[in-house]
Amino acid sequence: MNFVVRHPVEIAWRTLEHVQLVTIALAVACAIALPVGIFIARNRRLGDVVLGGLNILYTIPSLALLALLVPLFGIGTTTALIALVAYALMILVRNVVAGIRGVPFALVDAARGLGMSTRQTLWRVEIPQALPVMLGGVRLATITLIALATLASWVNAGGLGTLVLYGLQHDDPSRALAGSAIAAALAIAADLALRRLENLVRT
Amino acid sequence: MSDGATGAAVRLRDVAVRYPEADRDAVGGVDLDVPAGAFVVLLGPSGCGKSTLLRTINRLVLPYRGAIEVGGSDVTESDPETLRRGIGYVIQAVGLFPHLSVAKNIAVVPQLLRWPADAIAARVDELLELVRLDPARYRERLPRELSGGEQQRVGVARALAARPRVLLMDEPFGAVDAIVRTSLQDETLRIHRVLGTTILFVTHDVDEALRLADRIVVMKEGRIEQDGTPLRVLAKPATPYVEALLDAKDAVRRLSLLHARDALRPANGADTAGAPLGAQAYRVEAGATLRTVLSELLEHADAVDVVEDGRRIGTLSFADVRAALLASER
Ligand SMILES: Nc1ncnc2c1ncn2[C@@H]1O[C@H](COP(=O)(O)OP(=O)(O)OP(=O)(O)O)[C@@H](O)[C@H]1O
Ligand SMILES: [Mg+2]
Repeated sequence: MNFVVRHPVEIAWRTLEHVQLVTIALAVACAIALPVGIFIARNRRLGDVVLGGLNILYTIPSLALLALLVPLFGIGTTTALIALVAYALMILVRNVVAGIRGVPFALVDAARGLGMSTRQTLWRVEIPQALPVMLGGVRLATITLIALATLASWVNAGGLGTLVLYGLQHDDPSRALAGSAIAAALAIAADLALRRLENLVRT
Repeated sequence: MSDGATGAAVRLRDVAVRYPEADRDAVGGVDLDVPAGAFVVLLGPSGCGKSTLLRTINRLVLPYRGAIEVGGSDVTESDPETLRRGIGYVIQAVGLFPHLSVAKNIAVVPQLLRWPADAIAARVDELLELVRLDPARYRERLPRELSGGEQQRVGVARALAARPRVLLMDEPFGAVDAIVRTSLQDETLRIHRVLGTTILFVTHDVDEALRLADRIVVMKEGRIEQDGTPLRVLAKPATPYVEALLDAKDAVRRLSLLHARDALRPANGADTAGAPLGAQAYRVEAGATLRTVLSELLEHADAVDVVEDGRRIGTLSFADVRAALLASER
């Protein structure tokens, strides 16, 4: 704790970097996952193939993924963001597909029978119905990314991981501890906030 | 309600449907003429193609052969969304949108048709009253805050919202208990009488079919086995299949389609016809079914008086009931 007290500016700076990494990666991933997930949810076979592929990707250890990306994109924020987006996509696409596929057939049938177009059915029925599941994905992706973003420091992309990495390398455990503790606090806060949001849309 | 909405005729010619990867037709060449304002019930066992046939009419299912006309125009002429907004559709699962209030559920089609907001609000209240739900109490509720029977009522209101000329009902009362089901059937008959909408109603419940239909279409394996009035189908089943399905040999069942009014022996002589009621005689209303009359006769007397508007208009005995039954077979 005394590290936090002694270096408030560095702490604030690294925390900001961390939040920035997570937010950007999450926003990009959401923008991709929604249309992609909706598209593959409608197609049984394609959906199964894509989901299978994502499951395999998900088993690659995160450090290994970073290592694979470095030769392609070099050291830096871009590489870290690509890795984070990739992880978030796996979670988000799965939840979008599960959410859309979980909408009862009767609702879609009723919507079509009442004269909604495919697009109207999607926006007025399928997405609102799938929203809690999709938000569950966002929550899971957010806390996963907050943890994963601590690895961004391995490719020199900043964030709270920088404190951890530096602390470990320079025998400064209170610095490493501060980095981990703040990341954990961020994850818990995000979890609570997003749970609240989920409950709001559920009712 | 003076809706001015009158039913449209529905015509099917040689309609055949086969689902992808199926080895036989789900509907195999069906001809059906439903006059405007009719109440036609499609009856048959599970899997015989009732829903499929119904869904060809609003183009939720596309036939590979044949033609379908609603109100004189081919359903393939307009785009499917426009067609469907003009045809009411009620399904067994109800399919109310859980995230929308009762009012918003009912407003779906008027909203798609871009009615002005005040017209929609007025229509929602009018419909809630039509299906006997107090608008003030029910308007803002969510579907999960309703009983199964209330959900069905809202489902019917939603289907009627934009004054469709044809109403398709696919086992709409399958999921409610017998008492609620009976009252929903009564409401449906009343709505049909008031609005004059053409109704095509799917069920596999024989009693429901007999109660509602002015014409029953019996289906078997994607084809029409018999098409006629309930009495006709019961009295003269075209095939052993129809006879078995309707349990047509059951005379009591047939009696439930006949009414005291049509079987009575008129009170003769100017002094007794329309005479005030005597105190002792057992009486039945002119609109009662002969099934009711039979049970009165069995329990109480050899003959009962038939009354209408508080006046005696005739009598019925065992022999009269039997004569009416035999006459219905011709
Ligand atoms: N979407 C579909 N894809 C493939 N086959 C289908 C589909 N819907 C129905 N079928 C098949 O077509 C046949 C007729 O089905 P349909 O739903 O019209 O029967 P139904 O008379 O309405 O039965 P129920 O009383 O059980 O609702 C059945 O053999 C059914 O398995
Ligand atoms: Mg069916």
